Amino acid sequence: MRKVRNMSTWIFTMGMVTGFLSLHLLFSSMVSVEKVNNSVQGIKPGTGHQDPPAGERDNKTGNDTRILCWIMTGPKNLETRTKHVKETWAKRCDKVLFMSSVKTDFPTVELNVSEGRDNLYWKTIRALQYIHQHHLDEADWFLKADDDTFVVLENLHHILSRHDPEKPFYLGRRFMPFIRQGYMSGGAGYVLSKEALRRFVKGFSTGECTHFSSIEDMALGKCLETMKVEPADSRDEHGRQTFHPYPPDYYIVRQPSRPRPWYLIYDHYAPVEGPGCCSDFVISFHYIYAVQQYVLEYLTYHLRPYGYKYRFKPDEKAQVNKTENINLL
Amino acid sequence: MLSEGGSFIKGVVLGGLFCLVVSLLSSFSSVTESNTDDHHHHHVKAASKDELKHFSDGQLLELNNRIQVYCIIMVQPKNLVYWATTLDTWSKHCDKPVFYTSEASKALEAIDLNEKDDWSRLRKALTHAYKNAGDLRWFFLAQPTTFAIIENLKYLVLTKDPEEPFYLGRAVKSGELEYVEYDGGIVLSYEALKRLVQVFQDEEKCPEKGRALWKLSEDKQLAVCLKYTGVFAENGEDTNGKGLFNTKSVDSLIQDSMRDNPTDVVEGCCSDLAVTFNGMSPNQMQVMMFGVYRLRPYGHDFHDLLTFYPPEGSDND
Repeated sequence: MRKVRNMSTWIFTMGMVTGFLSLHLLFSSMVSVEKVNNSVQGIKPGTGHQDPPAGERDNKTGNDTRILCWIMTGPKNLETRTKHVKETWAKRCDKVLFMSSVKTDFPTVELNVSEGRDNLYWKTIRALQYIHQHHLDEADWFLKADDDTFVVLENLHHILSRHDPEKPFYLGRRFMPFIRQGYMSGGAGYVLSKEALRRFVKGFSTGECTHFSSIEDMALGKCLETMKVEPADSRDEHGRQTFHPYPPDYYIVRQPSRPRPWYLIYDHYAPVEGPGCCSDFVISFHYIYAVQQYVLEYLTYHLRPYGYKYRFKPDEKAQVNKTENINLL
Repeated sequence: MLSEGGSFIKGVVLGGLFCLVVSLLSSFSSVTESNTDDHHHHHVKAASKDELKHFSDGQLLELNNRIQVYCIIMVQPKNLVYWATTLDTWSKHCDKPVFYTSEASKALEAIDLNEKDDWSRLRKALTHAYKNAGDLRWFFLAQPTTFAIIENLKYLVLTKDPEEPFYLGRAVKSGELEYVEYDGGIVLSYEALKRLVQVFQDEEKCPEKGRALWKLSEDKQLAVCLKYTGVFAENGEDTNGKGLFNTKSVDSLIQDSMRDNPTDVVEGCCSDLAVTFNGMSPNQMQVMMFGVYRLRPYGHDFHDLLTFYPPEGSDND
């Protein structure tokens, strides 16, 4: 009789399990239908950054001209400044050389010149001689920048596409004093054509150019004038500046009408203060340290207003007049 | 045999009852959750390119033109420089920028609410905006210390229905209360604003003089009132889940990123389509106009699916 009782207990338990499971299955199928109805509309991430990779450029930006960037720096700035330049815009140079007094694994090139403002022109001369000797065929244009300059390479390509690198030209922020044809601000950065570089180096080998001053940009301007290298106009199609020896807030902030402030005194072309100062296609700003390098990188290459039709469209032949908002007063 | 069948049946019944009780107990808590609102997401993402491709050109054009933003900008004469800067910069991109002030200023025009109390003033401004909305269905509430990119705001809400209650921005939690931070700007859909204006009438839920002995900040107060109407704070994000509304400046966020992502500072920082930043000086806001609406590398084209034109009579964008 014990056998029968175990059997019925077993059957009873089976019944409980069956009842539990079948009702559970019934409930969970009802709940999953509800969940589908309440589902959120979140779609999987898409976009990401859409501009062409750094190496690619279409014909618009400069006909495959190569730019070699040489950046004046020194051992004590590598960690605080030069590192951030290397992380941001320097990647867009076809070739980049960091010029210093000490060779390191940064990598930096050792010019046999000590650091300091007094040696700036010596450093420049040695740097250009070095580039001429080792890298002349690797580029068509040669950009000088400091470790606190921010450069937008694409915009430099765009301006340079107007010129032939085999002609003796150089570009930058044109200053007027001291040199008859003027000279380019060192701080804002300047670019030499291949022919201009050849002539500079030749000038020093023949003695036509000498180290007559330690003021680098002015002295370089003198040598180039002697060697018949012409200063070109780097402003955009609306006459707005592209190279800037100071940070953006020096120029863009609206000012009441006033005589030229000290930092605009040297300008060859009459400077404009306020929003008309600067081209959309800015090439350089100076005195840009660490955080600001990344800020400008973000503002230039990342942050944008979606769908915005920019006002400045230099490629459009005719200015289309939008008839939508004509004021008929 | 019969007794075996009988005990089986008893088992089934008992098992079934047991299951019923268990599931009733567990669904009791989930039922209360879903009763509060069937719209209870915690974040709202911008539409991805793939999602937008499902719309026809005609539909996109309609959405593009239909989306209009009413900007509610809360100013005070003591903040005159920011007021003037906002007037001269980002507010020009609102379809209807309206400045609401605590007291009149001789220098600049605004709707004078003649109210010193921050919360009362905010209520008045929101009520006024609702009554004067016209065809506009999206409302952006901000202070002049915030910098906003309205095009990116439009992109975020492009496919969202303003007849649904949306309350978006930088959503944070304070205890049990989830609210949108004022500094990052607050977005309200027409329906959300409608419900808000209605609950303003309820002195119990949304008192005019603010609740509790200590004053809740206006943004928390707003969240409390909205919650009563079934509207909840949601974080505005891009398709990658990055927050679009920032309560810090670009400089500050970059600094944070240099500390947290030293090898990928810019990527690790802020969204390409950020809507707001806060804490910049008036001069920095002027530089931002240039940085956002002008500065760019030649030759980079984005082929966006929407079109927004520059505002008439403006020279800094």
